[in-house]
Amino acid sequence: MEFRFTEEQQMIRETAAGFFADCSTSAAVREAMATERGYDLSLWRQICDDLYLHAITLPESIGGMGLGYVELIAVMEQMGRYLVCAPYFSTVCQAVPALQLAGAEAVSGPWLERILGGETATLAWIGQEQPGCEAVTATCEAVEDGFLLSGDYRLVVDGHSADILVLAARQAGTEGREGISLFVVDAGTQGIERQWTPTLDQTRHLGRIQVDNLMLQAEACLGNSGEAGAVLEQVQQLATIALAAEQMGGAQQVQDLAVQYTLEREQFNRPIASFQAIKHKAADMMLRTEVARSACYYAACIADEAWQGGAMAAELPEAGAVAKSYCSDAYFRNAGEALQMHGGVGFTWEYDVHLYFKRAKASELMLGTASEHRETLAKLLLDGGANA
Amino acid sequence: MKLSFSAEDESFRTEVADWLADNLTGEFAKLKFRGGPGDEHSFPEERKRWEQKLAEGGWTCVGWPQEHGGRGCSIEQQVIFFEEYARAGAPGRVGHIGEGLAGPTIIAFGTPAQQAKYLPGILSGSELWCQGYSEPGAGSDLANVKTKARFDTERNKWIINGQKVWTSLAHESDYCFVIARTDPDSVAHKGLGFFLVKMDQPGVEVRPIEQITGTSEFNEVFFDDAECEADDIVGAPGDGWKVAMGLLGFERGVSTLGQQMQFQNELDEVIRVAKANGRDRDPAIRQRIAQAHAELKIMRYNSLRMLSGQSGSDGSLQGEALIYKLFWSTWHRTLGELAIDVCGQEGQLLEAAPYELTRLQSLFLFVRSDTIYGGSNQIQRNIIAERGLEMPREPKWR
Repeated sequence: MEFRFTEEQQMIRETAAGFFADCSTSAAVREAMATERGYDLSLWRQICDDLYLHAITLPESIGGMGLGYVELIAVMEQMGRYLVCAPYFSTVCQAVPALQLAGAEAVSGPWLERILGGETATLAWIGQEQPGCEAVTATCEAVEDGFLLSGDYRLVVDGHSADILVLAARQAGTEGREGISLFVVDAGTQGIERQWTPTLDQTRHLGRIQVDNLMLQAEACLGNSGEAGAVLEQVQQLATIALAAEQMGGAQQVQDLAVQYTLEREQFNRPIASFQAIKHKAADMMLRTEVARSACYYAACIADEAWQGGAMAAELPEAGAVAKSYCSDAYFRNAGEALQMHGGVGFTWEYDVHLYFKRAKASELMLGTASEHRETLAKLLLDGGANA
Repeated sequence: MKLSFSAEDESFRTEVADWLADNLTGEFAKLKFRGGPGDEHSFPEERKRWEQKLAEGGWTCVGWPQEHGGRGCSIEQQVIFFEEYARAGAPGRVGHIGEGLAGPTIIAFGTPAQQAKYLPGILSGSELWCQGYSEPGAGSDLANVKTKARFDTERNKWIINGQKVWTSLAHESDYCFVIARTDPDSVAHKGLGFFLVKMDQPGVEVRPIEQITGTSEFNEVFFDDAECEADDIVGAPGDGWKVAMGLLGFERGVSTLGQQMQFQNELDEVIRVAKANGRDRDPAIRQRIAQAHAELKIMRYNSLRMLSGQSGSDGSLQGEALIYKLFWSTWHRTLGELAIDVCGQEGQLLEAAPYELTRLQSLFLFVRSDTIYGGSNQIQRNIIAERGLEMPREPKWR
């Protein structure tokens, strides 16, 4: 048992932190978020070419680093801290696990190699907002030599800009995790309509993808047709844990920003940080951040077991629900308190607090709210299973 | 970062679990799940004998170094021991103050003579200890102790006068470690001494405090010309604060994992009641149970972080250790409220007159002490802000 980062993991974490602190400045974030793409292409190239962070979980057989979720969580924490605008979550935390877990190596390999080369990807499944596989409304129909795919995918992270799309669809008449298939396609394929859907949180862009009787070759299907429901859920759980780590990093950063501000701001001839009313708010922020950190490290270890096929893999749904429920509340409450502690300037566009405040709410609503995850836990505890 | 234990540690786990299963029987069977917080007054005699039973098996002071008679267990094995102890429902330890606080302090700061005199009694489970810190005027402001220690050269003894309060197990204990002012003109944390005082003597009187629960775990202890041997001061006169603060570091040890197993037992009882009376169908109760469960899970990993990190080695505490008291005390208080709420109006009905509480009623009431003792939540927040976040201290009032 070892519950802290190894030296190598610590090095990845610090490299990421140093790079993002330099490159993902307030000015850079604001410039990127105002564009339709939502990120700076040269920053993404640096993340891939110079830091190789996109390759953390890519298999060594194609030249990736072959590492696991502890390393990925260390990077995601720093992404959250610096509000990094990059297609990292969509590509590395959503599309990569979908490709690796659902597809045979021969099928996924070439797509993963394209990602290794710096292309971006995303995973689309939401037709209507529902937990897990219930959200999948797109349909696929097996035809000679392939499939016909129809659907209207909403709330797709970087959906309008990704180079590669992994699309979930179900056989007509199925529900839940039954009958679900995952398909991988080039986003430029004729017949795929995409548009940017502007968002309250401008630092993570969402898109809409529409297909109507899109003809796909048989090899576009990852794994056996109709059997990808369990994998889709597992990918969602892994992504949930990665998102929780990003939330934890954000909770840490708004805490740091707020404490720094209260040390500088003077009223009644003293820094407001010397008032207990302020100190106690800050202490509660630190409690939430540290508890969130413990939740994420635990969840990362479990995700790692799930990723590498370890003995504790079965705890993945619980670990995801524990981490996401706590981190969602922690980030949003910390962001709200940070805004309050900034006083009037916290309400301005000029100060960065609002960027975190909006990101906190957006992340809370994504991949299951805190109360939805608590209900998942309640089912496990009180009803004898997640599906009871 | 890795969660699983080694094969060697897992076989240690089996050894602990087997010993407990074999020995928590006969006269000790009735002690299962008893003697925890809020129930510390139960079965004192049997629990004292249980301490000695543990000692016979070599299960006291498992984390102490072997040179001082301990088992010298690794951190992992200590975690396992405390987890299995709680899982088996073994009773609340009456020896925990000696094992967890007095002993480590004497090992760290005591003379070889003090170690030879006091450690064997703790190891064998035959001598119990209590802690003489708080006073009526020294609660959150612990350094404001008024109890005085004067050295009487004729008798060659320290003479102690004053009053301590909130001393748990005082009436069962053989010794008390006491912080008292050796320099009568000193203020705050200067001029204090750390004394090892025999309880069975004419100058020491113990009076139980009747609590909100109707029971008495805590006591007042009065020192009226109580005597303490010349060489029973730990460190020099004036070093008392340093010794006492060093001791606080020992309180955040592996025993937190055992405490969490007790919390788990309590939460299990809350869930059992909710399932039995149908309140597990109430969406609001479901949310609260799920939140309690999630945070208890995280609490375990927070402790593992504490134990895997460098907290304490240079005297400073890392973030996860700084917030720990505030986290668990607030969590436990919230569990107490949930415990009574899942009972509904039935939660009103006592076990028996005059004031015998059900387990969940007792939990509901007793947890109110958690956010007060050992540094109240407000003091914890000051400490977190000042030490963890380097925010300014309060300006001096006078």
